[in-house]
Amino acid sequence: MAYLMIFVTAIFVNNIVLSQFLGICPFLGVSKKISTAAGMGIAVMFVITLSTIVTYLIYYSFLQPYNLSFMITVTFILVIASLVQMVEIILKKTSPALYQALGIFLPLITTNCAVLGIAILTIQKNYNLLAAVCYALASSMGFTLAIIIFAGIRERLNTTNIPAALKGTPIALITAGLLSMAFMGFAGISH
Amino acid sequence: MDKTSLENLTRGLIRENPTFVMLLGMCPTLGVTTSAANGLGMGLATLFVLMLSNMAISLVKNLIPDMVRIPSFIVIIAAFVTVVDMLMAAYLPGLHAALGIFIPLIVVNCIILGRAEAFASKHNVWQSLLDAVGMGVGFSCALTLLGSVREILGSGSLFGHSFVGEGADTMLLFIMPPGAFLALAGLIITVNRLRGVK
Repeated sequence: MAYLMIFVTAIFVNNIVLSQFLGICPFLGVSKKISTAAGMGIAVMFVITLSTIVTYLIYYSFLQPYNLSFMITVTFILVIASLVQMVEIILKKTSPALYQALGIFLPLITTNCAVLGIAILTIQKNYNLLAAVCYALASSMGFTLAIIIFAGIRERLNTTNIPAALKGTPIALITAGLLSMAFMGFAGISH
Repeated sequence: MDKTSLENLTRGLIRENPTFVMLLGMCPTLGVTTSAANGLGMGLATLFVLMLSNMAISLVKNLIPDMVRIPSFIVIIAAFVTVVDMLMAAYLPGLHAALGIFIPLIVVNCIILGRAEAFASKHNVWQSLLDAVGMGVGFSCALTLLGSVREILGSGSLFGHSFVGEGADTMLLFIMPPGAFLALAGLIITVNRLRGVK
C-alpha cells in the first residue's frame, strides 16, 4: 500500500514537471510533436530509473560509510553523465533499432535536471531500495504523462490563430500553467 | 573600460538576457520564485557560481584536452556548487531550506555550462569574469522581477513587507505552481511587446 501511495503521489499529486519544476527544459523544448515527446519520455524513464538505482547504491556503499555525503553533487553528476554515455554506447552496439528511436534524446538527458533532482531527492527522503525504484519510476512516468499531454495540446495549438506576441514560448507557458492547474485537482487524493 | 569589455559586461543584462530572451535555466526560474527574496537569493547563488566557474575554466582552458572538455567543466562547476551549498547551509539556513533541491541543481543550470562552453573556454580571465557578472546579474534581475510579481499578486507583499490588510484575499494561485507558468508567460509577453513584436 505504501508503494502504491508513492506511485500515485509521484505521478499525479507531486508531478515532477507541473508541480516540482524539474525537467522544464525538455518539457518545453521537445514537446512540439506527440511522437518525439513519447520518445523523450521513454528515454527519460529509462535513464532516471537506472541512474537512481546506481547513485543509490553508490551513496549507501561509498559516500555514507566514509562520511563523504558532502560530495553528493559532484559524484552524482559524474555518475549520471558517464552512465548516459555508457547507455548510448551499449544501445548502439546491441540494439540499433532502440538506438534509432532513443539515441537523439540521450545526450540531452545529462543536462535534464530531473535526473539529478530525483537521484538527490531519493537520498533526502531516506527511501529503501525498493521504494527508491518505485519513486524514480513513478516520477519519470509523471514526466512522460505530462509531456505527452502537453505535446497533444501544442499540436492542436499549431492550427489556431495566436497573437504574435504570444506565439512560441508565452502560449506554451500559459498552456503549461493551465495543465498545472488541472493537476492541482489531484492534490485531494493524498489527504 | 574599452568597447569589447563593456559589450561583454552588458550582453547578459538585456539583449541576451538568459531568462527572458534565451529561455535558459527555466527550472530554478519557475521553482523558487515564490517570493522576491527567494528569487534574489537563487540569482545571487547562481551569479557566485557563474563568476567562479567562468574564471576557473578560463584559467585552465589550455590544460584540458578537447575530448573531455564537457565532463571537466561539469566537475569544476559541481565543486563550486558544493561550496555555495555548504556556505548557505551554514550562514543562511532559512534561504537554504527555501531553495531546497534547487541549490545542488545549479550544476545542471544550462546558463553556467553554456557560458563555460560558449565564452570562458575561448576568452581570457578578465573578459570571462565580465561575461559572468553580466549574465549572472541579468539572471538575478529576472528572478527578482518574477519573484516580486508573484509575491505582490500572491501574498500582497514585497520582500516580506505586507501592504494589504490583515486577512485580505490575495491571488494565492500566483504563489502556487500554475502561477509560476502564468506569471512568466505574462512577463515574456511584456518583454516581447517592448521589443516591438506586435
